[in-house]
Amino acid sequence: MGHEFTKLLELFIAASLIQNFVFTRFLGLCIFFGVSKKMETAVGMSITFTAVMVISAALSWIIYFTVMVPLGLQFLQIIIFIGVVAAFVQGADTIMRKVSPGLYHKLGVYLALIATNCIILAVPLINAEEKYTLIESVVFALGSGLGFALAMIIMASIREKLEVARVPRPFRGLPIAFITAALIALAFTGFSGLIQL
Amino acid sequence: MHELHSIIDAAAHLIQTLDVSHFILPKAGIAAHIEAQETVDVSPLLKFTFVFIASIGALFGLGLALAAKRFSVKVDPRVAQVKDVLAGAHCGACGYPGCEQYAEAVVNNPDVAPNLCTPGGSRAAEMVAKITGKVADATEPFFSRIMCQGGTSRSTRKYVYEGVKDCRAAVLAGGGDKSCMYGCLGYGTCVTVCPFDAIHMGDDGLPIVDVIKCTGCRKCEKACPKKVIEVLPGSKAVLVSCHSRDKGGTVRKNCEVGCIACKKCEKICPVDAPKVEGNLSTIDINKCVVCGLCATVCPTTAIVDYIPTRPKAFITDKCIGCQRCTKICPVDAPSGEKKKKHAIDQSKCIGCGLCTAACPVQAIDGTFNAQAVFDAAAAKKAAREAAKKESAEAA
Repeated sequence: MGHEFTKLLELFIAASLIQNFVFTRFLGLCIFFGVSKKMETAVGMSITFTAVMVISAALSWIIYFTVMVPLGLQFLQIIIFIGVVAAFVQGADTIMRKVSPGLYHKLGVYLALIATNCIILAVPLINAEEKYTLIESVVFALGSGLGFALAMIIMASIREKLEVARVPRPFRGLPIAFITAALIALAFTGFSGLIQL
Repeated sequence: MHELHSIIDAAAHLIQTLDVSHFILPKAGIAAHIEAQETVDVSPLLKFTFVFIASIGALFGLGLALAAKRFSVKVDPRVAQVKDVLAGAHCGACGYPGCEQYAEAVVNNPDVAPNLCTPGGSRAAEMVAKITGKVADATEPFFSRIMCQGGTSRSTRKYVYEGVKDCRAAVLAGGGDKSCMYGCLGYGTCVTVCPFDAIHMGDDGLPIVDVIKCTGCRKCEKACPKKVIEVLPGSKAVLVSCHSRDKGGTVRKNCEVGCIACKKCEKICPVDAPKVEGNLSTIDINKCVVCGLCATVCPTTAIVDYIPTRPKAFITDKCIGCQRCTKICPVDAPSGEKKKKHAIDQSKCIGCGLCTAACPVQAIDGTFNAQAVFDAAAAKKAAREAAKKESAEAA
């Protein structure tokens, strides 16, 4: 039990910090740059993102290991995972609109953006590749989601400051955001070697 | 189903005849992780693939369809319709955060008036009223009025401001560089905040409002740090364009076109609209009849008449010779004997429209307010007749 728990913790830290999707794997950059202009939207996006990530990873794991592996259909994983994510996001959208309109009003706009995000697809694919158990998959997804949230919040707080900073004209807007992201990515390399998986 | 089977079998057979039955699947590429197998039996694999994809598609489809049915939310289609006819500037003039919120409120809440969208104007109000089944009161267009005429050439500055060209920044430096602390700074904050491109900087360092584009959304009014912009009904076209509460002498020193509180406007006004209080004349727009007399007497031209030229009055054949116009006219233009048709001296008439409003039989035409006066009289007459008819029926 103790050993298992340690492994889960390691997995969590690896997913959120060492192998941070944005800063070390460079995935999900479109949302990262698109929605990190304001802290409020960044936080909303992060919450929605983590929730969708965890649930879709669990759903994908169930379908992959209970149906696809026994039937030898692993080569369909990409198309099936895309379908699972899309169906789940659409379903969540429909249900949330009815059950809690307040939450839908706040977070609903981000759901559509998430449906085609590459991190959301990468997590089930990595889960399948590494043959994680269901618990491990969920922890990995949670770590990835929180790692993304961390990246978003760091970036949003910097970009809010950048708005009023004196930036040379050619670098204003997206270029300086890319430079900032690169510098944070450099900092994140400091986490590598923190634990050995 | 049998046909499908035969098709799959045929396809598998075709592949086998092509001698590619032994697939060696590579383990390569990111996330393309598949266990390497010596051989793959194509026919059952194809079958599984088809069945699996079809079933998972059907499962998701059914699930989503059920969810859509079970959790359907009734969205009033009128909300979308209302949103389409609104101006869509999210300016907040209606008191709601955005157009969507107003559209929702106006459809769902019977107490919300349909004419709150000032940028949309009367057209939007009419459409919203039509969609929601409410009665639209006619909305008068509102325009931004810059209550300062002291441009760079006509006013003095107390220091040279070299900071960010924005009034909100300039005002932080000792209240701005203008000698007059009530005047427009002219760094164009209103120009930048206007969502309708209706304000532009004039040559003399004063913003100019384009009343064709201006919708009265009040964004400029809120942004102006000097509070020198007022949003007022478009018909109230005679205004004291000055906010200075300095004493007359100080005003004269700072600006050529400031209000010096001489009270000339107070004296000449036939309806007592202007009132001088705290060294500043303000026109009570509820009393003002827009005759423009005060603008003609103002010694510093601080009072602006936005009606460019006033057409002059003439008397039609309806005249009954009551001499009321001769009494009310401030410039003694009408003349005539009792019970005979009067005449208006066109060289004297200033087109103020006072006589048009005073005439008991609507016999004076030609002034700027003639149509409004005639319409009001006709409406009054219709109402009177309807009341008469009703009382006759009741009896």
